[in-house]
Amino acid sequence: MEFFRNSNIDFLGKKWYFLAFSLIFSVAGLLSIFFWHGIPFGVDFKGGTLVYVKFASTPDLNQIRSAMDRAGLKDPKIQSYGEAGNNEVLVALEQKQTSESALDQGKNTIIKALEANTTQPAGKLDLNNTGPSSLQQYLLSKDPLHLGGIDASQKYLVLAQQIDDFRNKQRGGVLGSVDDLKGVAPAEVVAAMQQDFYVSNFAVRNVEIVGPQVGGQLRKQALWATLYSLGGMLVYLWFRFELIYGVGAVVACFHDTIITIGFFSLLNKDITLTVIAAILTLIGYSMNDTIVVYDRIRENIKLLRRDNLADIVNKSINQTLSRTILTSGLTFLTVLSLYVFGGEVLRGFSLALVIGILIGTYSSIAVAAPMLVAYQEWRAKKTGRAALPAASAPREKAKAKA
Amino acid sequence: MLKNQTLKVLIIVAVLLIFLFGIFGIPQSFTPSGLLTALQQRIHLGLDLKGGTHLILQVQVNDAINADSDRAVERMKDDLKTRNVAYAEILKPDPQQHPEVIVVNGVTPESISEFRNYVSDRLQDYDLASGANNSFTLTMKPSIVKDTQTKAQQQAIETIRNRIDQLGVSEPVIQEHGLGDYQILVQLPGVDDPARVKDIMQSTAMLEIRQAIGGPYGSEQEAMQANGGLLPANAVLMKGKNIGASGQSSQDSYWVISRASAVSGGDLRTADAGRDENGRPDVKFTLTGEGGKRFAAFTGSHVGERLAVVLDNKVMEVATIQEQIHDEGRITGAFTEQQTQDLSLTLRSGALPAGIKYLEERTVGPSLGADSIRAGVRAAIFGMVAVMVFMLVYYKFAGINADLGLLLNLIILLGFLGFTSATLTLPGIAGVILTIGMGVDSNVLIFERIREELRHGKTPPQAVDQGFKHALTTIIDTHVTTIVSAIILFLFGTGPVRGFAVTLSFGLFANLFTAVFVSRVIFDWVLSRHQRGEALSI
Repeated sequence: MEFFRNSNIDFLGKKWYFLAFSLIFSVAGLLSIFFWHGIPFGVDFKGGTLVYVKFASTPDLNQIRSAMDRAGLKDPKIQSYGEAGNNEVLVALEQKQTSESALDQGKNTIIKALEANTTQPAGKLDLNNTGPSSLQQYLLSKDPLHLGGIDASQKYLVLAQQIDDFRNKQRGGVLGSVDDLKGVAPAEVVAAMQQDFYVSNFAVRNVEIVGPQVGGQLRKQALWATLYSLGGMLVYLWFRFELIYGVGAVVACFHDTIITIGFFSLLNKDITLTVIAAILTLIGYSMNDTIVVYDRIRENIKLLRRDNLADIVNKSINQTLSRTILTSGLTFLTVLSLYVFGGEVLRGFSLALVIGILIGTYSSIAVAAPMLVAYQEWRAKKTGRAALPAASAPREKAKAKA
Repeated sequence: MLKNQTLKVLIIVAVLLIFLFGIFGIPQSFTPSGLLTALQQRIHLGLDLKGGTHLILQVQVNDAINADSDRAVERMKDDLKTRNVAYAEILKPDPQQHPEVIVVNGVTPESISEFRNYVSDRLQDYDLASGANNSFTLTMKPSIVKDTQTKAQQQAIETIRNRIDQLGVSEPVIQEHGLGDYQILVQLPGVDDPARVKDIMQSTAMLEIRQAIGGPYGSEQEAMQANGGLLPANAVLMKGKNIGASGQSSQDSYWVISRASAVSGGDLRTADAGRDENGRPDVKFTLTGEGGKRFAAFTGSHVGERLAVVLDNKVMEVATIQEQIHDEGRITGAFTEQQTQDLSLTLRSGALPAGIKYLEERTVGPSLGADSIRAGVRAAIFGMVAVMVFMLVYYKFAGINADLGLLLNLIILLGFLGFTSATLTLPGIAGVILTIGMGVDSNVLIFERIREELRHGKTPPQAVDQGFKHALTTIIDTHVTTIVSAIILFLFGTGPVRGFAVTLSFGLFANLFTAVFVSRVIFDWVLSRHQRGEALSI
């Protein structure tokens, strides 16, 4: 089986279409960044409080919102999260309401507000929001099994962990009643716990609190890490090819990054740390793609010294086209499976890659390769000299001899 | 040729076995569940997959500088008195922003040379500058400031580690955080209600025994009045901690306490929670030999007077010294049992040299982590199967070659993780999935090139040889470029970015081995069994 055998498409002839396409997407993204949504940084980068809550039954968002209002929280973002059947809700507070002097205040207020929202028997503990160590403390103080002795602490810890495991692994984090523990814990323990525990209709699944200081530092650090890694790649390409190849590849990567971030801005999707990891991935991927084409160009320049650069570039793109489409297609397949099956936590990451793989493949053909030709034409015009071999690569020759 | 081939196969088998060992170790049993337990022991999962608490805290290093310059001020006051150097006042103008600056005002002209001698002789950590009206500014040398700050951070890490170890959290991570600014990263797997741990970590637990000069007073004003509006020069006013067992504070009390401490937290040998003769929870402590001597000297010369047990600048207890005490003491007060346990723990682990502030807190519930693993593994398996099936269909026999390479790649990658005990995080799983994509790329590059050479009329052995040779340059270039960027990301990144860089670079090395070496060996093996002129299945 084979696709794209002996393709002969005039890619360079379509450079104006490419330019128009790239411009439309980058400008749309940039407009959204500067005039509409901005760069929608997630809580990792701008600070704030996120609390993910799982409910026993379908949650009523309006009811939650009024509970938050009563607790005095200003404009919390409340939205359902993940698949509908999961009954999960995300409550988010802005950075303004998260300060480093009392970092977890917002979280505690949210949890109190949710607790106030359910019928709360006086003096009882909420089984769904009690961690294993608190549970162990409770069991130790009550000692329902009359262990008394020295190893009571250890035994109750094991029991507390069993109860916690059962709640989290068998019941997805939320128990319907204390009776659910029958069969998991000894009858005496369940009986004692029925006295002192109730179950609320929710459990906190995940909490993220980032103070403004860390957020700002991370933003700076992610930016610098990206720029350094681009710089590193540029130097390597300069060494292996010529400076203009490095510049072309880095410009293509910038193009991809701007368009991807622009997409996130247009869709107003949060850019979190994992999305940054994805953007770094797509930079690596786009670079990979570009190098494959450049490598072929370098090889063809040595073989076809008479041809002009535009023809050589076109020929090289066509020769590698089959590989480009195959690899992109397969990588796209894995990334798509990540997007579809990877769950909510990975959704932002895989979205960035889905966009990035498409743009990265496009840019190596439509941005990086034509840049070589454009540079050469500009140089020819400026110096008045005729076409020059773009990559003489003396090191390459030296290596071939060795 | 054949012998060479056998050697190569042996290398591949050896690599396979080594990395299988990396993944599983020597499993107890070879049943699926036995292998799974072995796998779980070898591959460390990150907090996002396993559940737990992640904290970033910042050491308030200025506290440590302030403590140093406070000591210098005290010493200077005593020493200048004995040397008969007259001055108007010694003060620290801005302890918040510039804890390293001490100002001495109004040194009398005849004392100036003696003062200068004293500073250059005894306060070598400070630079001296003179200002108008015979005032002098002492600034701690920048190298000393830096040193004190770094030491404060190191000591804070040690102290926090001691405390967390005593709490029995398994496999905690306590280390310098990559962002600088004296930040510490603390990861506590399996802890999903961090409130108590945070309190224990945060308490500075500065224990001191000082002389109680006066008190208790009902309010600050009352205390000032009793002392004629001015405290003795060597004393400070402190609040008494009078918190009831149930948590609500009863009446406040104020004490006049000596500035200097007889013994401090560093002199403690042990501290244990217990109960006093009335059955109330208390903390008993013993002092080290050196501390015991000083304590004996202090109590011996102050019999009949009162001493105060001061914790974190709050008076915990005041007792009359009945007789000379050598090396034992206790702290009672209205404590719950939990509080005495936590207090003895923090005392045993030593004092924090400076306060800490929490900058970031993340808690991942174990159920969410389990969901993420399931989703990530499902996506990885689905993506991999889709790719493998496609390679088989598209490249027929050579597809088997690529698929074997992919599996070996995955084994090497997981083995690396097992050997280096790097943690596998969610972005790390994504890095694995991406490695699968890049592994396929290398195979596609080689296979497409071989097909091209075949089209140009080369014989299968020639085509394979040329295909590998030409594709190699490209593969090296792409891999080195990506490894360069992964290394830079590892150096300059933190958290998820790092986890991603780790699996990506391991994966790329594995790729180079499978795509360039293993794949070639399989091709050569196939070719060696070929009849002359038989077509290559690719």
